Amino acid sequence: MLSDTDRRILRQLQAVPDLSMTELAQRAGTTPATCLRRLAKLRDNGIVLGQHAQINWAALGFTVEVSLRITLDKTHRNAFDQFLEEARKVPEVIEIQTFLGRVDVRLSVLARDMTHYQTVYRKRILTLPHINDIEALMHLSTVKTDPALPI
Amino acid sequence: MITLDGFDRRLLAALEEDATQSAGQLGRRFGHSQPATWRRIKRLQDAGILSGQRLSLNLEALGFGVTVFLGVKLATKGRVSLEDFERAVSAIPEVQTVQHVLGMYDYRLRVVARDLSDFERILRRRIMTLPGVGDVEANVLLSEERRPGPLG
Repeated sequence: MLSDTDRRILRQLQAVPDLSMTELAQRAGTTPATCLRRLAKLRDNGIVLGQHAQINWAALGFTVEVSLRITLDKTHRNAFDQFLEEARKVPEVIEIQTFLGRVDVRLSVLARDMTHYQTVYRKRILTLPHINDIEALMHLSTVKTDPALPI
Repeated sequence: MITLDGFDRRLLAALEEDATQSAGQLGRRFGHSQPATWRRIKRLQDAGILSGQRLSLNLEALGFGVTVFLGVKLATKGRVSLEDFERAVSAIPEVQTVQHVLGMYDYRLRVVARDLSDFERILRRRIMTLPGVGDVEANVLLSEERRPGPLG
């Protein structure tokens, strides 16, 4: 289980993931060597899954983001697997989630503008297999984003 | 806006996958010197393209077994202010993200909970009591994957 030191390290790292080891150790009240060892252990135990750079897609010209909520034709065997396999091939799809509920799958789709979105939607999304219905939510703004857990 | 070449794209994809790699490691992997790689990364940061890092934790192992996405429709649009709703919903610790969207819902929330009964408590006590809240639809997250995006 997690020790108090682990919890302190995780709390600090959640708040600022790109801290240097020295800084992180200082904030968590431990030494850089301990910090390094604990983090390696947390990775080995599968508690820390990874650290990922965040790409600001708007700064790269992708200003449109649409959430597509999809229900699949579940009468077809392997509908999920085949749909997911094909969806992974669409470069504009940056996130794939599956759900238990009214919606089966959600895709986050990026586009440069509405014309580009229209092209992606018609040529790459509507051609995905076993789609029963699609609802679109256009992303206007992010009000809050705080993935930190109360550890 | 800066134009990206193949090296920039490979760097972005590699850092998206694992942000703990050093400029030296990345340079060796892609056949560039450490200083040249460092300058590229710096340029991507300065242009605001690399905008920080995200820590990915195993939620279940930490005791958060349930993630639910809520679609929220405001009941009395025009009468309740969006700011009031946004302020109140942002103050709920279990709500990790709030997105203002256009479509059949007004807001999309990501909520973490310890289990389904914990989620029910959050839904009843916190979400359903928000100012102006109307229709709420819940979908329980089963799996989630991030894709590299249009970097190719």
